[in-house]
Amino acid sequence: MLELAIKGSKKYWGWVVALLIIAGIGFGFYLKQLGFGLGITGMSRDVSWGFYIAQFTFLVGVAAGGVMVVLPYYLHDYKAFGRITILGEFLAIAAITMCLLFILVDLGQPMRMLNVILYPTPTSVLFWDMIVLNGYLFLNIIIGWNVLEAERNDVHYQKWLKPLIYISIPWAVGIHTVTAFLYCGLPGRGFWLTAILAPRFLASAFAAGPALLILLCLFVRKVTKFDPGKEQIQSLAKIVAYAICVNVFFFLCEVFVVFYSKIPEHMDHIKYLFMGLHGHGSLVPFMWTSMILMFIGIILLVNPATRKNETVLAVACVAVFIGTWIDKGLGMISGGFVPSPLHHVNEYAPTFPEIGITIGVYAVGALVLTVLYKIVVSVKEEVSA
Amino acid sequence: MESSRRKFIKIAGISALGLGVKPVFNVFASSEEHGRKSEIKKSKDALTAEQWGMVIDTRKLTTAEDVEPIINACNKIHNIPDHQNKNHEIKWIWEEEYEHAFPGKENKYLNERIEHLPFLVLCNQCEDPPCCRACPTKATFQREDGIVMMDFHRCIGCRFCMAACPYGSRSFNFRDPRPFIKEKNNEFPTRMKGVVEKCNFCAERLAVGKKPACVEASNGAIAFGDLGDPGSEVRELLRENYTIRRKQGLGTGPSVYYIV
Ligand code: SF4
Ligand code: SF4
Ligand code: SF4
Repeated sequence: MLELAIKGSKKYWGWVVALLIIAGIGFGFYLKQLGFGLGITGMSRDVSWGFYIAQFTFLVGVAAGGVMVVLPYYLHDYKAFGRITILGEFLAIAAITMCLLFILVDLGQPMRMLNVILYPTPTSVLFWDMIVLNGYLFLNIIIGWNVLEAERNDVHYQKWLKPLIYISIPWAVGIHTVTAFLYCGLPGRGFWLTAILAPRFLASAFAAGPALLILLCLFVRKVTKFDPGKEQIQSLAKIVAYAICVNVFFFLCEVFVVFYSKIPEHMDHIKYLFMGLHGHGSLVPFMWTSMILMFIGIILLVNPATRKNETVLAVACVAVFIGTWIDKGLGMISGGFVPSPLHHVNEYAPTFPEIGITIGVYAVGALVLTVLYKIVVSVKEEVSA
Repeated sequence: MESSRRKFIKIAGISALGLGVKPVFNVFASSEEHGRKSEIKKSKDALTAEQWGMVIDTRKLTTAEDVEPIINACNKIHNIPDHQNKNHEIKWIWEEEYEHAFPGKENKYLNERIEHLPFLVLCNQCEDPPCCRACPTKATFQREDGIVMMDFHRCIGCRFCMAACPYGSRSFNFRDPRPFIKEKNNEFPTRMKGVVEKCNFCAERLAVGKKPACVEASNGAIAFGDLGDPGSEVRELLRENYTIRRKQGLGTGPSVYYIV
C-alpha cells in the first residue's frame, strides 16, 4: 500500500516538501543542542523539565484519544465508526512517533538511550512508559495496516488481529495512566501529587484527541473524495463534549481540595499558575485563556444547536484543542516545578532554539500523519470507485 | 540493607508477572553486579558503616565566613564548575535560609538568630531515596552503606531523578562543565555535559580512610559517622541534642541532621 503515498498531486507534494524543510530546520537546531548541551534551552536547575516533556505529555493524550473511535466500533459494534477507526489509529501512530522524538530530544546523553533496555529497572515509571508507548505504537501499526489492507482487498481482516484490537483498548488507557504516574508518584511535588492526575490526563486526552480527529475529518472531506461522514463527526463531537466537561470537573475537584485544605505545598503551584506568586506570573494569561477556551468549548459542544452546525463545531474543536494544549503543554510541567522544592520561584520560558526543535518534531509528526492519511484516503477512494 | 533487598525482590516478583521469570533474574543479576562494580578502589583503611550519616551543628556555623570554606572544600576536590549563568548552576553543598531549607517548618514569629542563619544543605543520602526509585537505568543507586551514588557513565540525562528529589539536591550539566573548573583536581573525575550529579558523601575519601571534605573543613561543626552504630559520634550527638531533618514527613529518611 505504501506506493499510494507517492502518487499524489502537486499540492500534496508541496505540503510534504514544506514539512521536510521545517523538520530539517528543527534538526539543525537539534545538532546545535547536541553540540552545546541542553543549556540552549530555557530549562534550569529548578525547572529541569520544560517544553519537550510537556509536548510529550500532551501528545500521549492525543494518541490515547484515538481509542475513542476504536472502542465504540469494536466493543459496542457501533458500525458508523467503522469508516474512521483507521483515522484514529493512524493519528495515534503519528502522535506516538512525536512522543518518542520528544523524549529523545530531551535526553542529555541520547547516545546512551539504550541503557534503559540494557539495565531494565522495574521501579522506574520511565521504564514502564517506554514499554507501553512502544507497545502501543506497534499495536496500532499492525492493526491499522492490516485492517486497511483487508478493506482494500475487500475481505474481512485476519482473525488473529481481533485479540490485538481488544488489547489495544485498555492499552490506550494504560499509556496515559503510566505517563501520569511519571509525575503523580513523586514526593515533594505538590502540584502533581494527586490521585486525580491520571483521570484528569485521560479526560483531557479524550477531549483533545477526538477534537483533533474531527478537524482532520472535516479537512479530509474538504480536500478529498472520501467523506468520513456526518453521523461519525457528530458522535465524535458528543465524546469531546463529555470529555471536556469531565476534564474541567476534575480540575475543579482539584481546586476545591487544594484551596479548602489550604496546604501551601499544594496550593502555591496553582496560585503561581493562575494568580502569580511572589511577583512572578508569566503563565497567568495563558492559564486563564485555557480556562476560557475550555468553557467556550463546553458551551458550544453541549448545546445541540451549535454542535450540529459544522462550522461552529470546528471552532469549538479548535478551542478545546488549544485549551487542553495550554493546560498540559504549558502549565502542567512548569507548574509542577514552580515554586521549587526549596520554595524558590524561578520561572521558565522556552528559548528560540528550543521552540525550533519542538516545531521540527511536530513537522515530523505531521509528515507521518500526512503520508498515512494519504494512504487511507487513496484506499477509501479506490474501494468506493 | 536487608529491607531494601527484600523490597527489591518483591518488586522483581511483581514485574515477573509482565516479563516472565528469566529476564527478571537478569535484572537482579545486573544490579548485583553494579553494586560490586561501583566500589571505589577499596583499601584496607576504608571506612565502613551500616548507614552513613551527618550531624550539622548550626550553632557553630553562624556567618557566611563560617560556611564558605566548607562549601569551597567540596567544590574544589569535586571539580565543581563555576557557571556564570544561574540556570546552569552545579551545587553539591550550598547555603539556604531557614525558610528555604525547611519549607513548611517556617514560623511567622521566628527566632531572629535562626531566621538568617546560613543553613548548609546537601544531598540527604536518604534511606529510602525516591531518586533511585525513579532512575530508569540504575545510574543512581544506593550502596550497602546507604550512600546514594551516581554512575556518570551510565546516566542518560533524563532528569527523572531531579524531579523525584524533594530537596533540590541534584544538578544537571546543561553544558560542558570542564572550561568552568578553576583548578582541576586530577584525583576526581570531571563530568561531561548531559549528566546529573550531586554530593556523594565523599565515597572516594571514605574508601581510603578519610572523612568527607566538608566535615574536615568545618572545624568540628559537622560530625560524620555510622548511624547504625549506637556508640558512634553522630549517635551520641543525636542522643544529646534536639535535631531536625528536612521534610522527614515525606518518608525518605534523610541521613543529614541539624542541631539548631
Ligand atoms: S536528597 Fe535527593 S538526591 Fe539525595 S538521596 Fe535523597 S532524594 Fe536522592
Ligand atoms: S538523569 Fe541519569 S541519574 Fe537521573 S534518572 Fe536519568 S539516568 Fe538516572
Ligand atoms: S560529603 Fe563530600 S561530596 Fe558531600 S557535600 Fe560534603 S564534601 Fe561535598
